[in-house]
This record gives sequence, structure tokens and C-alpha cells, in this order.
Amino acid sequence: MSAAGTGPGSGREPSQLYAELIKGVWKENPIFVQVLGMCPALAVTNTALNGVAMGTATLFVLACSSLLISLLRNLIPKQVRISTFIIVIATFVTVADFTLQAVAPAVHRELGAFISLIVVNCLILGRQEAFASKHPVHLAVADAIGMGAGFTLALTSLGSLREILGKGSLFGFPLFGDSFQPWVIMILPPGGFLMLGMMLLAFAWFKEKRQKALLRLDEEAA
Amino acid sequence: MSDVTKGPASEPRASGLPETPRLVLTLALAGLLSGLAIVGIYRFTLPVIRANQARALQAAVFEVLPGAERMQRAVWRDGELLAAPGEATGGDAEAAVYAGYKADGTLVGYAIPAAGAGYQDTIRLIYGYDPATRRIVGMVVLESRETPGLGDRIFKDPDFVAQWRDLAVEPPLELVKGGATEPNQVDAITGATISSRSVVKIIRSANAEWLDRLPAADAAPALVEDAAPASGEQRGGPVPGGRLE
Repeated sequence: MSAAGTGPGSGREPSQLYAELIKGVWKENPIFVQVLGMCPALAVTNTALNGVAMGTATLFVLACSSLLISLLRNLIPKQVRISTFIIVIATFVTVADFTLQAVAPAVHRELGAFISLIVVNCLILGRQEAFASKHPVHLAVADAIGMGAGFTLALTSLGSLREILGKGSLFGFPLFGDSFQPWVIMILPPGGFLMLGMMLLAFAWFKEKRQKALLRLDEEAA
Repeated sequence: MSDVTKGPASEPRASGLPETPRLVLTLALAGLLSGLAIVGIYRFTLPVIRANQARALQAAVFEVLPGAERMQRAVWRDGELLAAPGEATGGDAEAAVYAGYKADGTLVGYAIPAAGAGYQDTIRLIYGYDPATRRIVGMVVLESRETPGLGDRIFKDPDFVAQWRDLAVEPPLELVKGGATEPNQVDAITGATISSRSVVKIIRSANAEWLDRLPAADAAPALVEDAAPASGEQRGGPVPGGRLE
């Protein structure tokens, strides 16, 4: 099964490829726009490093699963597609779990049970069902990498802000002097909700401002 | 993972098959390939994971026994504590303790691994015991899946960890809230009472099992193997990024 040429409209594919790649980072960001995968996003983002690790592990699982599902999309019967997706995802999660345990035991210890819980991250299953199973391989992989990158970006920024406020450090490096009084709730679970809420608010505010500005431009042009 | 794709592709075009067998076949094949992939990655990473665990355990033994520079695995066999060389992974089938010695071979104390139910999953820890003063001199959590930000403070909260550097074992350990006053009392972490209680319970039951078995310095098991840090004999060798806390 060749990757190219199976999709419709192969003439404008480079731009479509770019669009699929880039949409997950900002326009359809899994966390800030789709609000998917909230469990890992809230649970492990108490430090920036944990956010990076969780994001990267999810990116790996998402990209590998999308590649495989897209390759096999014509062979998987409709009735058992969800179970097949889950088997594929769970396999890659186990691979990521063991690899992380071997390569970075300290990070693995930090993330604890949440690595295995990537299996039930609705972002991954969602991308398989909504995209990878219906699109050619290169688009599916581009979509997965974009979504994974957007997820990592969101988790890292969430983790960074929480770590700065709750611990006074970033990636483990102290930022302030001894007089800094850490805002401890920020690294506790409620802090995840608070920070995510504020970030969603800021995201929505930017979006609205941008839309208004665009509208005004249109009116001025008319 | 491209080899995984060969399986279904080499099957005859499945549209000719009746529906149910095709479904069963797809899932069976997926399960089989997934199983093979998992076994493969497990076998591939196991030596490295083992080596990491051994190094973590060794680092933990030296951490819970301040002043120790050499260690010796010892087991309780036929009513006697015997030196028993073996792979120090902490996950032994046979219950073992680790005797720690100063560089000149005098006994510092024993590091006792223990495990028990935590809030979410088994907590595995190791603690140091000095038979001369009958005190606990240190505690390190080796493995736990306690809630990040709450229960994981049993090893992240410096105040809680520091309590274990000097604790009397008699009368048995007690968990209190709002400040320990007696030498055998441990102050619980606010917001992590269950995890704190688990740690105390695990160490209490390990105390009951081990303390009477551990001889003082004059009858300690002999140091038969040199387990200086970073012995390259573990399979897998040093791992980049395998930093231990």
C-alpha cells in the first residue's frame, strides 16, 4: 500500500499536508480548543519537565498509532475498528512505558500511573477514529505530529506556569530568591484546574479579539 | 514497527470471507502481533530496567545508612542472618536486607526493604536501622504510585523525610497529626494522611519481622562481596539519563 496518491486531490497536497500538520498546534489545539485529554493535562503538569515528558510520550504513541491505523485502514473491518485501535494504542503505550522506565527512571517515577493511562487518552483514540482511519498515511502522520506537538506545547506551558507559581522554579532551576513564597496550591490538583481555566480564558479572549479585528478589517475593506 | 503491517496484508483479500470469521481473525491477529511486540520490548528493556533498579537500590542503601560505603546482601536462613551474594534489585523472591559498612568494614546498620499497600498501589521503600542505638536512621521510597502533588509527598516533602533520620523503634512507631513530641512519633503530612499512615504501617510490620533478627556489629554477617558504587558488572551497563534521585 503506497502512501501517496491514495488521497483525493493530490495536486494541492503539499499545502494540505502543511495545514494538517499545523492545525493541531494552535487552531485546533487539543487542550485549549478541543479540551481533550484532560486527565493527563491536569494530573501531571505540576512541573514543566513532567509536562514535556507526558507530551512527548503522548506524541510518540499518537504518531505511531496514526501511522499504523492509516496503513491498515482498508483492512480493519468497521465492526471491530475501535477494539483494533485500542489494541494498537495499548501496544505503543506499553512500548513507551518500558522505554521510559529504561531510559529515564526518574521521569517514569514522577509520572507514575499516568503513562499507562495514555491508553485511555481520548485525544489519541479520537484522532484514530476521526482522522487516521479515513486519510492517507502522510496526512495521518502530519495530523498526529501536529496534534501531539500542540498537546506537548499546552502541557509544557501549563506545567511551566504551575511550576513558576507553585515552586518558584522552571525545569527545576530556581527563579527567585529565598524570599519567594511559593503558591503551593498551584502544584496541587486544584491548581491544575485553576491554571487551565485561566489559560482557556486567555485563549478565548485572544481568539475573540482576533476575530473582531478581522471583522473590522473586512468592514473597512468593504 | 513496520513489520506489524505485514501480517494482515499477507492475508487473502478478506472481503471474500464471511463476516464473523473475518472479525475474529482481525482481532486475533491484532492481539497476536501486539503480544509479540510487547514481549519483544519487554525482553529488550528488561536488563536495563534491572540495572537501573539495582543502582537505585544501592544508592538508596547508602542514603538511608549515613556513613556506609560498602554493602552486603543478607538473608534470614535457619535462624541466622547470612551473607548471601545476589542480584540487588530489591524485588527479591527471598526476603533480604542489606548490611552497610564503613570503608574499613565496621557495620553501620541495616537497610531493610519493605512494601505494603499505599493509597493507590503498593509502596516499596527501604529504611536504615542502626542496631547499636536501636533507631531508624533514614528512609527512601523506591516505588510508589501515590497521587502526584499529595501522596507523593511521602518522598518529596523534606520535613516528612527528615523525620525518619532519627526515630526510636520502641515503643512501636506512631502516626500523629500536628507535631510529633515523642521519639517514636511520626508527624503525618497534611493532605496525605493515608499515604503517611501506609508508610508507618509498612515500617512497623517490617520492624516486627526483622528487628530481632538483626545482630549488632560484633555478630554481623561478614562482608564477602565488594559492592562499591558503579560496579560495571550489571548487564546493560550505564544508562544515559538514568539519573537517580
